Amino acid sequence: MINDNSEIILSVRDLRATVDGTEILKGLNLEVRAGEIHAIMGLNGSGKSTFSKVLAGHPDYEVTAGEIHFKGQDVLELDPHDRATAGIFLAFQYPLEIPGVSNRDFLRVAFNAHRKARGEDEIDVFDFDDLIEEKLDVVKMDASFLDRSVNEGFSGGEKKRNEILQMALLEPALSILDETDSGLDIDALKTVAGGVNQLANADNAVVLITHYQRLLDYIVPDFVHVMADGRIITTGGKDLAKQLESRGYEWVLEEFRAGVTA
Amino acid sequence: MATVSDVSVLRTADQRDAYLKGLVQIAQAAVPENLALEEVRSRAASFLNEQTFPSTRQEDWRFTDLSAMLAIDFATTGEASVTEADIAELRLPETAGAQVVVVNGRVSRELSQLGSLPEGAVVGSLGDRPELQSQLADRLAQASGNHEVFTALNTVGFTDAVVVWLPRNQVVETPIQIIYVSQAQGDSLLVQPRCLVVAESGSALTLVEDYWGNSTATHFTNAVTELWLDANAQITHSRIEREGTGTFHIGKTVVTQARDSQYIGVAAGFGAKLARHNWEIYQTGEQTTTRIYGLGAISATQHADTHSLVALSHPHGIVEQEHKAIVDGKAHSVFNGRMAVAQKAQLTNASQLNRNLLLSDQARIDTKPQLEIVADNVKCAHGATVSQLQSDEIFYLQSRGISAPQAQRLLIYAFAMEILDRIPVETLRSRLAEAITQWP
Repeated sequence: MINDNSEIILSVRDLRATVDGTEILKGLNLEVRAGEIHAIMGLNGSGKSTFSKVLAGHPDYEVTAGEIHFKGQDVLELDPHDRATAGIFLAFQYPLEIPGVSNRDFLRVAFNAHRKARGEDEIDVFDFDDLIEEKLDVVKMDASFLDRSVNEGFSGGEKKRNEILQMALLEPALSILDETDSGLDIDALKTVAGGVNQLANADNAVVLITHYQRLLDYIVPDFVHVMADGRIITTGGKDLAKQLESRGYEWVLEEFRAGVTA
Repeated sequence: MATVSDVSVLRTADQRDAYLKGLVQIAQAAVPENLALEEVRSRAASFLNEQTFPSTRQEDWRFTDLSAMLAIDFATTGEASVTEADIAELRLPETAGAQVVVVNGRVSRELSQLGSLPEGAVVGSLGDRPELQSQLADRLAQASGNHEVFTALNTVGFTDAVVVWLPRNQVVETPIQIIYVSQAQGDSLLVQPRCLVVAESGSALTLVEDYWGNSTATHFTNAVTELWLDANAQITHSRIEREGTGTFHIGKTVVTQARDSQYIGVAAGFGAKLARHNWEIYQTGEQTTTRIYGLGAISATQHADTHSLVALSHPHGIVEQEHKAIVDGKAHSVFNGRMAVAQKAQLTNASQLNRNLLLSDQARIDTKPQLEIVADNVKCAHGATVSQLQSDEIFYLQSRGISAPQAQRLLIYAFAMEILDRIPVETLRSRLAEAITQWP
C-alpha cells in the first residue's frame, strides 16, 4: 500500500560493505515507507543476502561507507540486539537450530527483551503462554512445536513458519525476509505468505528478498527492485517481477550497463 | 651411570612412595575401634604396599597431575562444627525424611533426618549398626575396581560408611539424599566418605549424593561409593560435586549390575580445585541397562577429570553414555571413556558421546573415547566433539533482541541442560539449572 505521506521506515544511502576485505555492497540506495512491501530480486552473488545481514548488524560484515536510518535513527552504531528491539526483524534464510532451548523459552526471552527495551515489565510464563497460543494461528503451527528445541529436527517449512511466528510475536516495524520462500513446497509457501499478509499493515513495512517470482503471487509487492553487483539497478512495480520471470535478468543488466556507459 | 634426570625421577619416585605410605598411616590411625573390619582393611593395606602415589607417567593419570598434593601434609583430625544453617539450603523437599548428612566422613545423627523410610529399608551409619558388618562381608570393598590406589586408601581408613540396603522387591518412592560436607578448623583435611548401596533383587530407589563445600581451605576428599544392583533392581543416581575451591576431590563410583538390572546415573561436577571421578560399571549378568550422563562446568584454574569404564561380559547389554564439559578460563577438562565389550557380551547395544564446549583460548580439553570390543555381533557408536560457541548462533539470538552476553548464557544453559534434564529430582534439577544461569 503506497502512501507518499507515510513515515519513512528505512532509508539507505550509498551503502558500501565488505566481508573479509571484499566489497559486496557498492553504493546501495533504498527508501521504504510504512505500509509498503518491497521485493528485492537478483541473481546469486548480487548482494541481496549481504544487504539483509548488514541491516540486521551481522558482525562479519563491515560497513565502509553510507548510511542506514531506521525511523530516522542511525542504526550503524547499534548492536544487533538493539536494532532488533528498535523494530528491525530478519527472517533467516537458514534459521539456526539451538538444541536444549525450548522454542517456548526462546520466544519468551526474546519477547521480554523487547519489553525490557521499551521499559515495560517482563511478561510472566502464564500470560506469555496465552499470547503465544494466539500467534500460533498466524502460521498454523501446532502447540507441540513450542516444547521442541528451537528448530531442532524441524523440516525446512517448519523452520520458516517458526521465523514468521517470531515475526508475529515481536511485531517489528521492518521485516526483512531473506529467501524465506526458498525450498518451500506450495502448501508451506501459502502458509508463510498468508502469515506475512496477515501481519503487514499501514504502520509497518516488509522487504522480501527472493530469487523467485512465485512468492510474489502470494505476497503482492508495491515495489520490485533488481540488485546486481552490490547495487539496486532498477526499480519497478509488481509487473517487473513477471517480466524477470519470463525474460530473465540479462535484459535488465544490459539496460543498466548501457545506462552506465551512456 | 645414572644421569641427572634419572636421579630426579628416582627421587620423586621415592617421594611418591613415601607420600602414599604417609597417607595410609594417617588414614589407618583414624579408624574407630568399632569399625575395625580387619579382613577388608588388611587386604587393602597389602595392596597399597605394592603401590605408589600416581604420577603423570601412568596412562590413567597422564592428564591429571597430582604432584601439587605432594607438598601438603594432610591430616584427618579437626573438630567440625557444621550446623543446620550450613546445610539447610542443600536439603531437597523431595527427600524430606530420607536425608543422611555426612560431616568429614562421619554420619551426623543430629543433622540426618530419616523419618520417612519404609520398614525393612536400611539407611544410616555403619558405625551405628555394628550388626550389619557381618552381612556386608560379600559387598563392602568386594566390587571389581577396588584394586586401585585411592579406593584402597579409602578402604584402609574410612571412619564411617553410609549404608543403604533395600530388601527384595522393596520400592522406595522417596529419593534418598546423602549430603557430604567437609569442614576443618585448621587446614589440609583428609576426608574419606564411604557409601555402600545394595539394592536386592527387584528393589528400586533414587539416590542423590551431594559433595559440598564452600571454603577455600585445602581439603582432600577421597570418596568411594559402591552400588550393587541385584537381578532386576533399579537405581537412579545423581552425583553432584560442588566442593570448595581449595579441594582435591577424588571420587570412585563403582556399580555392579546383575542380570536385568537398570542403572541410570547423572554426575555433575562444578567445584573443587582438582576433581577426578572414576565411574565404573561392571555387568555380571545379561540384559542390563546402563545409562550414564556426565556434566562438568569448570573455569579459572580448575581441573576436572572423568574416567569412566563400562565393562560388559554378558549378552544383550544396553549402554548409553553422554558426557559434556564446559570449560572456561584456564581450566582443564579430561574425559576418558572406556567401554570393554568381552567376547561373551554379544548383542550389546552401546553408544558413547562426548561433547565439549570451549569458552576460552586458554582452556584445555583432553578427550579419549576408548572402545575395546572383542564380541563380533554388537552395536557400538561413539563420538567426541570439541567446539566453541558459534558466532552464527549468537547472532541469531541477537537478531531477536537478546544481547550477546545473554545469548552466550542461554547457549551454555542449553548445552548443560541436555544433561541436567536427566536428573529425576525436580528441585535439584531446577537449582542446578539456576546455578548454570549464574555460571561461572
